[in-house]
Amino acid sequence: MPTDNFIESSFWNFDALFQPQQHPARDQHDTFFLKDPAEALQLPTDYVHRVKRVHSHGGYGSQGYKYNWKLDEARKNLLRTHTTAASARALYRLAQKKPFTPAKYFSIDRVFRNETLDATHLAEFHQIEGVVADHGLTLGHLMGVLREFFTKLGITQLRFKPAYNPYTEPSMEVFSYHQGLKKWVEVGNSGLFRPEMLLPMGLPENVSVIAWGLSLERPTMIKYNINNIRELVGHKVNLQMVYDSPLCRLDAEQGSPQTQETT
Amino acid sequence: MPTVSVKRDLLFQALGRTYTDEEFDELCFEFGLELDEITSEKEIISKEQGNEKAEGASDVILYKIDVPANRYDLLCLEGLVRGLQVFKERIKAPVYKRVMPNGEIQKLIITEETAKIRPYAVAAVLRNIKFTKDRYDSFIELQEKLHQNICRKRALVAIGTHDLDTLSGPFTYTAKRPSDIKFKPLNKTKEYTACELMNIYKTDNHLKHYLHIIENKPLYPVIYDSNGVVLSMPPIINGNHTKITVNTRNVFIECTGTDFTKAKIVLDIIVTMFSEYCENQFTVEAAEVVFPNGKSSTFPELAYRKEMVRADLINKKVGIRETPENIAKLLTRMYLKSEVIGDGNQIEIEIPPTRADVIHACDIVEDAAIAYGYNNIQMALPKTYTIANQFPLNKLTELLRYDMAAAGFTEALTFALCSQEDIADKLGLDISATNAVHISNPKTAEFQVARTTLLPGLLKTIAANRKMPLPLKLFEISDIVIKDSSRDVGARNYRHLCAVYYNKNPGFEIIHGLLDRIMQLLDVPPGEKKRGYVIKASEGPAFFPGRCAEVFARGQSIGKLGVLHPDVITKFELNMPCSTLEINIEPFL
Repeated sequence: MPTDNFIESSFWNFDALFQPQQHPARDQHDTFFLKDPAEALQLPTDYVHRVKRVHSHGGYGSQGYKYNWKLDEARKNLLRTHTTAASARALYRLAQKKPFTPAKYFSIDRVFRNETLDATHLAEFHQIEGVVADHGLTLGHLMGVLREFFTKLGITQLRFKPAYNPYTEPSMEVFSYHQGLKKWVEVGNSGLFRPEMLLPMGLPENVSVIAWGLSLERPTMIKYNINNIRELVGHKVNLQMVYDSPLCRLDAEQGSPQTQETT
Repeated sequence: MPTVSVKRDLLFQALGRTYTDEEFDELCFEFGLELDEITSEKEIISKEQGNEKAEGASDVILYKIDVPANRYDLLCLEGLVRGLQVFKERIKAPVYKRVMPNGEIQKLIITEETAKIRPYAVAAVLRNIKFTKDRYDSFIELQEKLHQNICRKRALVAIGTHDLDTLSGPFTYTAKRPSDIKFKPLNKTKEYTACELMNIYKTDNHLKHYLHIIENKPLYPVIYDSNGVVLSMPPIINGNHTKITVNTRNVFIECTGTDFTKAKIVLDIIVTMFSEYCENQFTVEAAEVVFPNGKSSTFPELAYRKEMVRADLINKKVGIRETPENIAKLLTRMYLKSEVIGDGNQIEIEIPPTRADVIHACDIVEDAAIAYGYNNIQMALPKTYTIANQFPLNKLTELLRYDMAAAGFTEALTFALCSQEDIADKLGLDISATNAVHISNPKTAEFQVARTTLLPGLLKTIAANRKMPLPLKLFEISDIVIKDSSRDVGARNYRHLCAVYYNKNPGFEIIHGLLDRIMQLLDVPPGEKKRGYVIKASEGPAFFPGRCAEVFARGQSIGKLGVLHPDVITKFELNMPCSTLEINIEPFL
């Protein structure tokens, strides 16, 4: 999916995803809003009306959130907080193509969060996202795809846990057993996109869209035993580490490779 | 994710059995909760303030449980226990009823002055309730949790709970000038005006965060009883007169706010959770709210909603094959009482007032899947074949990366956000000339703008790796951001390629050689011809005079190369010569 736009409107980043306007993630302290350009110049009018309606009144089989949806709020520009905004754009484009053809999409790109910084959190990091849109997809299909996906990353022991996202239902967190840490760690988040998100786009009713995502930095840090994310991303990375690192061979033997000594 | 802290033994007592930590962790996992931490008050104080302060604190074991953000019914021990017991089929879900009082109904009259500041209010009564210390603490804690979550830090809804026996209705919810409001607030010993309270609470660590909600308004909300006793000044503080204690038997609850739907949900949650302790268990006494237009409504709504879903829809969406009866059983375990009706394929589901999170059939599908057990579902793969393709811009980037490394350059991954200085002053430019995207309210200077060039990131990388042997040859192929009014959001990314050579000598010929190699790889011949590239002598504030050239390819300017000006080098805290190349690679797609 094209993701070459760091700047996004609140509409595509939140509203189109059925994330309500009073949701905490839309706060100044979680999202970077823009001073200039502060507002989106253009939004697809008819689609915006349908999104406004499903948020404030329901429809498409939903009760809706029953609050006053404001266009001004949706216009606010921001640095995208997830690549799911790009997935929303891609699914909207897919919905305009008639007749519907199934699609499998992915993206790996940068996202921005205005959260407290610490050893494992930076203001910018990368997300990996996968999307499958087809007739009759089930939670079982999502789990099957996740199993194949994570097997490719060398992660095999998986367990799935019920979770909550504003834009997916059912939602699942994916856990894997880490031999080194001797505990189950979360390796990803996933779910079926809600009808309130898909139907206003114009996707047919019997089309399901499964999606999953994970961050790029966290599994890398776990694999290479890196404790501070700044050793991996940003200008403070030790170039010696970059010079000396071996090939990343996910399909090679299990067990984390030697970490590079930082002198 | 909201976290609920419960005393472990109290929890097990209410659940009717004990669990090992692992067993309880497993139960949480199944249900969609997370046992985040096992600790005690003593441990918490010890961690935060040191061992001495922790002396004498309770070492009763506490479970900190993470709860999904949309499950307001699981935000207290009472709700968790009820949810888990129904899940394990140990109890039947209680039915919550609103009942009319024996005597006069409590009335809350809203005047029109509230319209401009905090228009909505709902109310209810918990009659003949029995508190213990734990129940009382839980009652207070639930209000705090709701305030932090669905109430959005009291901005949308604020809850006030009062000892009804200290009051005399009907109650009036109005708005007055701050100087006209005077009362003794909770836990204080004398009366203050609202203006004075605003000042006093500026230093209160808890309340100072809510002052802004009404501070600058001409009128402040306030609730009185028929004798002029102040119940509360929402959303800031209750009056001391109506303070609830462990001995309180009758509770008057009012929720005021700017979102009517949420006020009703919040009221429903509080009363359903704590009506367990009323003499007439799970009943809530009605209260009447009279609106400014004269109309009135009875609260709490405690609405049970019915939704019909086909059994085969649930089977299809989850990927299981259960009979309609089994599905009805699964849903009933999730507090969604269900039964098979009609042609044997329809399931009628009753959604209780505690499940305001269920707004679509897909919410019901999820609950069926949770009860079935996610890890019991059989995995399958989607059958449709699709042809894979890489996004052209990324494909080009990937191809170039490897050849840049082959040319002896090392890749960097730098930040897209930086200070204004980084992209302007340090490069001899004025910020207004950069056409950069500016971030509002950045916490630090590091997040003022989105980068318009990859150069600062690479120079900072060199600065952080000063001890490395020379030459340092770095590159990055990544996005920069520029304002662009032809795009729907008003800005766009450009994929730039930037390389730097840092050594005792500037190495302009190396950078030039690199450009030639890149063009060769992109199949762009040298020369002025249409498909070709040329470099023409140029100038730039970041460059050494006479050592700068502009690159033209496919008819357009795609970037510059040259030796950096010593000022730039110094401003980035470097001390060796440096030459650089930065081009936009999108014209080569």
